[in-house]
Amino acid sequence: MSLDLKIDGPDREHRPDHLAQNVLGHEIDRPDGWLKVKGEATYAAETFPEGLVHGILVRAPGIGRVSCANLEDVRNMPEVLAVVRDERLLRNAAQGGANEAPVQGVDTAEYVGQPVALVVAETFEAARHAAVALTVEIDGVEAPVDPEAVVPEEPDNQISTRGDLDGAMRHAPYSIDVVYTTASMNSAAMEPHAATAVWDGEVLTLRGALQMLKFNRNELADSLGLPPERVRILAPYVGGGFGSKLGISADCVAAAVAAMELNRPVRVVQHRRDVFEVNVRRSETRQRIRLACDTQGRLTGLGHEALVSNLPKEEFFEPVLQASYFAYAAANRDLRLKAARINRPATGSVRAPGEAVGVTVFEAAIDELAVKTGIDPIELRLRNIPEKDPDTGVPFSSHRLEATLKDGSERFGWNERDPAPRQRREGEWWIGTGMAAAFRVNMITPAEARITLDGDRATVESDMTDIGTGSYVIFQQIAAEILGLPTGKVDVRLGDTAYPPGSGSGGSFGAASTGTAVWLAGMEIRRALAERLGCDESEMTLRDGYVTHGNRRVPLADLVGGGAFSGHGRVEPGDAQEKVRQATYGAHFAEVGVNDVTGEVRVRRMLGSFSAGRILNPRTARSQCHGGMIWGIGMALTEEMTHDRRDGHVVNRDFAGYHVPVNADVPPLDVYFVEELDDWAGPLQVKGIGELSICGSGGAIFNAIHHACGARLRDFPATPDRVLAALS
Amino acid sequence: MRPFEYQRPTTTDSALAAIAPGAAFIAGGTNLIDLMKLEVMAPDTVIDISRLGMDGIEEDDGGVRIGATVTNSDLAADRRVRRDYPVLSRALLAGASGQLRNKATTGGNLLQKTRCPYFYDTDTPCNKREPGTGCAAIGGEQRNHAILGTSEHCVALHPSDMAVAMRALDAVVEIRGAGGETREIDLEKFYLLPEDRPQDETVLEPGELIAAARLPAPKGTRQVYRKVRDRASYAFALVSIGAVLEMEAGRISHAAVAFGGIGVKPWRDGAVDDLLTGEEPSEGLFEQAGEVLMRDARPSDGTEFKVGLTQRLLKAVLTEATQ
Ligand SMILES: Cc1cc2nc3c(=O)[nH]c(=O)nc-3n(C[C@H](O)[C@H](O)[C@H](O)COP(=O)(O)OP(=O)(O)OC[C@H]3O[C@@H](n4cnc5c(N)ncnc54)[C@H](O)[C@@H]3O)c2cc1C
Ligand code: SF4
Repeated sequence: MSLDLKIDGPDREHRPDHLAQNVLGHEIDRPDGWLKVKGEATYAAETFPEGLVHGILVRAPGIGRVSCANLEDVRNMPEVLAVVRDERLLRNAAQGGANEAPVQGVDTAEYVGQPVALVVAETFEAARHAAVALTVEIDGVEAPVDPEAVVPEEPDNQISTRGDLDGAMRHAPYSIDVVYTTASMNSAAMEPHAATAVWDGEVLTLRGALQMLKFNRNELADSLGLPPERVRILAPYVGGGFGSKLGISADCVAAAVAAMELNRPVRVVQHRRDVFEVNVRRSETRQRIRLACDTQGRLTGLGHEALVSNLPKEEFFEPVLQASYFAYAAANRDLRLKAARINRPATGSVRAPGEAVGVTVFEAAIDELAVKTGIDPIELRLRNIPEKDPDTGVPFSSHRLEATLKDGSERFGWNERDPAPRQRREGEWWIGTGMAAAFRVNMITPAEARITLDGDRATVESDMTDIGTGSYVIFQQIAAEILGLPTGKVDVRLGDTAYPPGSGSGGSFGAASTGTAVWLAGMEIRRALAERLGCDESEMTLRDGYVTHGNRRVPLADLVGGGAFSGHGRVEPGDAQEKVRQATYGAHFAEVGVNDVTGEVRVRRMLGSFSAGRILNPRTARSQCHGGMIWGIGMALTEEMTHDRRDGHVVNRDFAGYHVPVNADVPPLDVYFVEELDDWAGPLQVKGIGELSICGSGGAIFNAIHHACGARLRDFPATPDRVLAALS
Repeated sequence: MRPFEYQRPTTTDSALAAIAPGAAFIAGGTNLIDLMKLEVMAPDTVIDISRLGMDGIEEDDGGVRIGATVTNSDLAADRRVRRDYPVLSRALLAGASGQLRNKATTGGNLLQKTRCPYFYDTDTPCNKREPGTGCAAIGGEQRNHAILGTSEHCVALHPSDMAVAMRALDAVVEIRGAGGETREIDLEKFYLLPEDRPQDETVLEPGELIAAARLPAPKGTRQVYRKVRDRASYAFALVSIGAVLEMEAGRISHAAVAFGGIGVKPWRDGAVDDLLTGEEPSEGLFEQAGEVLMRDARPSDGTEFKVGLTQRLLKAVLTEATQ
């Protein structure tokens, strides 16, 4: 049996508020937390099946036809077991949700760094040595690697025009027309991509570093030419993904092919350098923003044009304009995405694809308009909050931007600010503050989960992953709440395709989607218990392992008796998607220092106020927001993948060269949640949270830089050389 | 990583006897091991010098003698160093991360390889790694590259912070030869310009071991180290300056200014020191010093900014040191 729910309309019952266990909304410890601290949570490269051997990917040093002259010599090297040059190997990682094999092949390299072979040896060291010894020759072809140097595609579904933007720009009392750029960026998850494959002659079992197992299984099966039933994927712990592990990557297929060929377990760990090349990165963008407004600051024209890139044959294009469709309204608008096909490593979803760069840049441009009109940036935004979705005309399911702006502004002390730039100086440092709004579309996707109640112990199962976000603990809380158990009585098992298919971790939809499936599974059990008691589910109180109905109170274990109860929940999106526009909102505030001598920028404090539905666990929610805000620091100040101008290869493909913010870059971060119960977000009123906090945070920093020193930076990241150039 | 033999001698003599063509000394290993994994360097024998008793910091004729295997952490924390050579302590603490500094040694720091990314990428041409193949950085992406002392064969930068401070402190390198003999050479003359042989980086002969670095008694009490980098910590210098100055009667009586992030070696320019010495500090003087320093600078599009940035930083450092 299964309790299924299609989200077609609002749910005004708010059942979680009427249950008795009272564990939702509390800072419950993550059950996996201690395991991680003690090193007992094993990651994909930390399983050691009997007979394990090691594979190392070999990269193409150029673009063109590939040949390996000394293949046989390498095969004969000590300890080497195989050099796999199999057409099934992946060109690059699959896009999120691909559900089928991505582009495969080793005969032609379409970007520098493409894996073209796997060397397998008895030891990791021998494999690595042999991989270096393998000479990969390229019969080079001319290939474009600069997005600015090709004629871009203009996908029809990525253009939206209305009215006459040029006219609006000409006639408006205030207008701006500016071009920003953002850098090519990497997810930079701490755990490198890795796979351990075991083949028993019938079923391939893969321990992977993956985010969305139900799709990954089909992707892997399709890549290998196996039916999905003969593929099982396990990913109980994942050391960060941020989009880069949405689809299977080269390590998975290479490990599987080698395991099947050699009949031995094979482990393939991507070198950090592979991580930068083989998996999807965030596209660099060039964004032109045009804004026109009347004397009151009301927008009359809005233009957002973005140029992004991807490899040939990839369907994904960074959806830069995603929030521009609904964030602000203007009678005249022109939104268009241009896509350059170039031969740099593939681009794909990286934490908050679209808004992370789109909102960040747009919010910087809005600040420019605020300065031009002399209207306070918060006030300017408040005057432009649309009544309904400017794109489709449907109502918003809930719109808490105003509340977050006001909450954040008060807590940050925005009103004490002198709006004039270049006023505060401490030694060599110019000090300034800036803000930006945050927007992120909210999604729910199909998800299933199962709960088994045995006595007074419940077990939750789903192939959902926990990529460091807190899935384990929130599912524990949801199950504990609905079944009236202390959280310690709930075991959560995730990351195994043998369990019901959850949503996977992506698009911030995990908590809402799989969380709702867990809830539904629990509800099915509640109903069964109520039936046994002879009452309605809502008349019964479940708490601390006791069932109360009227004046009768029995231990849950007694009611369950000898046989276990099982509940299965399934949720899927429904008509709600068309009936309302659903999104999450927030406000970012930053104070920065800009060094007048060196051009260095240091963030001195940051504050975010967010509305993201029901907060299940403030600690894990806050931690997500911290992460997003820190990503904003990285985007604004330090992170940039440098592509060689001649062949597009990633020059700085390690953590010494690709600068993620370190502790010293991160000031105290304050996070607040503005209460929101969005009726359209399902029975739990849970919305996405992991991505919202990166959307716009870098914009607040850029705006603070302008306020501090008077110079307007338009190229992300604001490295010292760029700041100095802007200062002089 | 290519298979190699590992030896851990306990006397300097046996270490020197063990070294042969194809062998390498290893100290902290923080640079060498990375290079070995990538097979940029592939010694067949690795001789661990951490047990040779070269880890002492001693009083030395008014100065100090720093054993080659003294770690960067220990050196930065040493009381004498903090008191008499604060520029060195600060330079060390501005480098790498706490974990790396706990392993990294004085000798290894002096001999660390460039951070030119093409040097670490065996799929690209590099005259330093494979003489005669060309230089991928020229015409490619430059940022952690030099603008002073470069040649048409190599524009690689010496990335050390420690060595910059040591240049300003007139350090001397104590070297033990294969036959056990000791020679000393000024740090100034220790590094070579790349010219047409970028693979030759120092005057060390094959098989020679750095035994210590000696610092003479400090010649200036006004010591400043400043480093500009792409993030607040754990990044190599875009530009750094170590300055050791003394003032007498309102004039600069001693000036020793060394630079990181801009030179093929830890950079010091006698003309800059001479210009400053004997003068009254002034903004004009400091600007002139910046002009003199950059008279032969050869930046590329990616390193152009270092000219102005160094000049601004120099002004700030000299102002601080002369106040
Ligand atoms: C991520 C990262 C960031 C870093 N950031 C900085 C920074 O900001 N600033 C900075 O200055 N440095 C930085 N470093 C470099 C670090 O300081 C050096 O790696 C370290 O000082 C090298 O010392 P070691 O003892 O580990 O040398 P090893 O790796 O052991 O040796 C380096 C070389 O020196 C040779 N050698 C060592 N000792 C002797 C000796 N006594 N005689 C003869 N030959 C010898 C070895 O054969 C080898 O060729 C960074 C390093 C890393 C990995
Ligand atoms: S600059 Fe020097 S180290 Fe860098 S690629 Fe050129 S030759 Fe090699």
